[in-house]
Amino acid sequence: MSVILILLAASITVAALFLFAFLWSVKSGQFEDDYSPASRILFDDKSTTPKKTLRATKTK
Amino acid sequence: MSLVIAKPDLNCYHCGEKCLINIATSDAKAFCCEGCKIVYQILNETNLCNYYSLNKNPGITQRIKVRENKFAFLDDEKIQGQLISFRDEKQIQVTFYLPQIHCSSCLYLLENMHRIDEGIISGNVNFVKKEIDIVLLVEKTSLRKVVEVLTSIGYEPYISLNDLKEKRPAINKSMVYQLGVAGFCFGNIMLMSFPEYLGIDASETALRGVFRWMNFGLALPVLLYCALPFYTSSWKSLQHKFLNIDAPIALAIIITFIRSAYEVVSGAGGGYFDSMTGIVFFMLAGRILQDKTYRQLSFERDYTCYFPVAISVLKEEKEIPTILPDIKSGNTVLIHNEELIPADGILTKGKAFIDYSFVTGESLPVLKEVGELVYAGGKQTGGNIEVLAIKEVAQSYLTKLWNKEDVQEQKETASKSFVHLLSRWFTFIVFAIAIITAIYWQLNDTSKLWPAVTAIFIIACPCALLLSNTFTNGNILQLLGKNNFYLKNAQTIEDIASVTHIVLDKTGTLTTTAQQDIVYKGMPLSLLQIEELAALASYSSHPLSRALVKYFDSKNKLPVDSFKEITGLGISGKVNGNQIKIGSSEFITGNSNAYTGTSIYVSINNKTYGYYRFNNHYRESIPFLIKKLNAGYRLSVLSGDNDAEKVNLETIMGKKTTLLFYQKPEEKLQYIKHLQLQGEKVMMIGDGLNDAGALKQSNAGVAITEQANNFTPSSDAIIQAKQLAMLPSFMQLCKANRHIVIASFVLSIVYNIIGLFFAVQGNLSPVIAAILMPSSSLCIVLLTFGSSSLLARKLGLLGSQKKHD
Repeated sequence: MSVILILLAASITVAALFLFAFLWSVKSGQFEDDYSPASRILFDDKSTTPKKTLRATKTK
Repeated sequence: MSLVIAKPDLNCYHCGEKCLINIATSDAKAFCCEGCKIVYQILNETNLCNYYSLNKNPGITQRIKVRENKFAFLDDEKIQGQLISFRDEKQIQVTFYLPQIHCSSCLYLLENMHRIDEGIISGNVNFVKKEIDIVLLVEKTSLRKVVEVLTSIGYEPYISLNDLKEKRPAINKSMVYQLGVAGFCFGNIMLMSFPEYLGIDASETALRGVFRWMNFGLALPVLLYCALPFYTSSWKSLQHKFLNIDAPIALAIIITFIRSAYEVVSGAGGGYFDSMTGIVFFMLAGRILQDKTYRQLSFERDYTCYFPVAISVLKEEKEIPTILPDIKSGNTVLIHNEELIPADGILTKGKAFIDYSFVTGESLPVLKEVGELVYAGGKQTGGNIEVLAIKEVAQSYLTKLWNKEDVQEQKETASKSFVHLLSRWFTFIVFAIAIITAIYWQLNDTSKLWPAVTAIFIIACPCALLLSNTFTNGNILQLLGKNNFYLKNAQTIEDIASVTHIVLDKTGTLTTTAQQDIVYKGMPLSLLQIEELAALASYSSHPLSRALVKYFDSKNKLPVDSFKEITGLGISGKVNGNQIKIGSSEFITGNSNAYTGTSIYVSINNKTYGYYRFNNHYRESIPFLIKKLNAGYRLSVLSGDNDAEKVNLETIMGKKTTLLFYQKPEEKLQYIKHLQLQGEKVMMIGDGLNDAGALKQSNAGVAITEQANNFTPSSDAIIQAKQLAMLPSFMQLCKANRHIVIASFVLSIVYNIIGLFFAVQGNLSPVIAAILMPSSSLCIVLLTFGSSSLLARKLGLLGSQKKHD
C-alpha cells in the first residue's frame, strides 16, 4: 500500500503550498487595501511602479 | 484670465462646485477659483490631465488658501525625526494621512507625484487608510517641499500632534496566521481520520499507525500555536481571579490532546484530534469576525488628533516654529487664519473671531477682544492674532478633561460580558458531572474512570457558547456598520443593550450645524433689495454670509463694486449704486446689542433696515426619534447654551425629559456620574470636544458625525447624523443579541446532553465526537447568522441599506 503513502505525501505538500501562499499574502498586506490595486491596473500611462526596495531594508 | 458673470449652471472643471461669481478660465475650462485653476495648470504642465478623465470633477475646492509659511516647522530636524519612518543619507520614507483621498483619480495623481517633483522616488497609496507612503531623495527635495507640493495640488497632509506620539503598532495579523494554520491542520486531520471513521481493516495496522501519527503531528501546531490566544486570555483572567470563558476552553483543548496522544501512543485508538482542531478553527474564525474593525474610523481620538504639531512662538520679534509640548505659559504665540489655539491664553493683539465648532459643535464664530480669555481648541478665522499662553497645552481647560485618568480606568473594569458569567455556571456544572462520574466508575469499574472523565471535558467545553457569542456579535457589528452605525467592539453591543437612560447634547446633536433657521425682523425689504443683499453676501466666504446666500437663493448675480470685508465686523459694497452694509450690530448701528444669539444687521444707504436672526435648526428626524425613545428610556438634554430655546425644546422633548442649560464640559461629566450612582446605565450622544468627558464617562458613548471620515471625539460608537432616526432599531438589535446567544446556547446544550450520554458511560467513540462537533458548530453558526439577519430585516435595517446604495 505504499502508493497511499505517496499520495498522502503529495496531498499534504500541495495543501502546505496553499497554506504558505495564504500566509504570504496576509503578510505582504494583500488584504489591507482592496481598492487601489484594482484601479491601479487601469491607468494607461503608468511609467513607474511603486518601488518596494526600501521596505525590505526597513529595520522596525 | 477674464472676469465674467456666472451662468447659473456652470460648474468648476476641477472640483465640480458651482462657479458663483468670478470665474477663472484656462484652456476654455471654467474654474470656481484661482486655486482650482492653479492645480489644473500644474497638472497640465506635467501631463497628468488623465486625472480629469478618470472621474468627473475629482478635485477638492481650493477656495481657502493655505498660508505660505504654514509648513516651516517641517524644516526643524527634531520634528522631522518624529514624523518620518525611515531615513538614510540619501532617502527619507514618510507616511502622510491625506483625508482628501476619495477616488481613483486621487490614486492616479498621488502615485505619479514624481512627475511634479523630481525628488520624489515613489508614492504608494493605501486607499482604505487614506495614507500615502512617500520615498524622497534628500538631495533633490525636502520634507517641507514635498508637503508643499501635495498641498499645491489639493492634498494637504493632515499632520497632528498625535503623529508625535509613539507609533501605533501595526494591525496584529497573528490571529489570521493562526486561523490559516488551524484550517490547514483541521482539513488534513479530517481527511486522514476518514479511514478510522469507516472502520479501517484490522490487517492494515501499519497504515492505520501512519494515519494516527500524522494526525498527532498535525495537531501539534494547533495545540502549541493556534490555540495560544485562549491560553493567554485564560491565564490573564485567572491572574485577576476571574474565570472567563477561555479558561474551560483551554482546559478542554489540553485534556483532549493528552487523551488523544495517550491513545495514539498506546495504540488504543485514533484520538479526538479532529474535534480539537475543529473547535479551535471555528472559534478563531468567530473571534476574527467579531474583532473586525473599521480601519477608516478611529474610536481612540484624543485632543492630540485635533491639534497641530507646531505653532509659531514669538520671541524677540521673530517667529519660531515650536512643537506644542514645548510651549510654556508666558510664551506669546502667533495664530494665523484657520489655525487652532493650542493653549488657554489671553488675547494680546488683533481681533479674535473664534470658531469653537470643534469644541462645542456651534458653527458660528465668536468675537473676542484684546484682554479676553481664549480657550484651547478654538479656531481663529480672519486675521492674525497674538495670544499670551497662560497654561501649557496639556493643562488647558479642555485637554485636562482627557487626562483625567479615573474616568478612563473606571470603564475598563465596569463592564464584563454576561457570556463569562454563563460559562462559569456551565463550568461548575461540568465539573460536578465529572466528579459524580469519577466516583461512580471508581466504585464500579476503575478502568473506565479516565476515559469517561476526559470524554466529559472534551464534549462539554463551552466552545458552543463562545461560537454563538462571537458569530452573533460579528454579524450584528457588520449589520450595524452597513447602516452607518459603527461600534468600537463587541462589548459595546451589550453596553447599548443595557442602557436605561439616554443623555443628548443639544448643539450639533439635536440641532445640525449644516443649516440654520434664519428669521428676518425689521422694515420690509423689496425683492430687488434682497437680490442686492445676496450679491454682496456672495462675495464673502464667512460662514454667516454663506448661510445668507443659501437662504436668499437668488438666481440673478448682480455685480458688486468697492467690496470691503472688515474681519469680525461685516462687509460693505455698492450694488446698483446703493451702498449696502451687512454685519454685526456694532458695525451697522454703532452699539452692541443685548441679544445673546447670533444676528446680522442690514443697512442700505446708511439706513438700518433690520436684522436676520440665526436660530439652531433641529434635525428633521428628532421629533420621531424622541417619540420612539421616550417609550423605552428616560431622557435628558444637556446644553452648553443659554436657555433661550427652553420652551421650544420642551415641546419637542416632552414633559418627562430633564433639560439642563449652561452646562460646562465638566458638569456634563458630573451629571452622567450622578445618574450612574443612581444605578442608571447611561448612553451619551454628543458630538463636540466638550462632550468628550461625558462620552467617556457614560456606559455607551455615541459620537455623532455628519460624515464618516470626520473627526469625532473618542467614543464607543460613531453614528452618521442621517441615520439618527434609526437609533431605536439599532438598540433593539443590540438587545436581541443576548436572546440569540442564549437560544443557540440552549441548542448546544442539547448536543452536549447527547454527547454526555455517551461520555459518562465511558464509550464516546471518535465518530460520534466527529459528527456532533461540526454539526453543532454549523447549527450554531446558521442559527446566529440567520436569526440576527432576520431580525435586522424585520427592523428595516437591511431594506434601508438598498435604498442608500
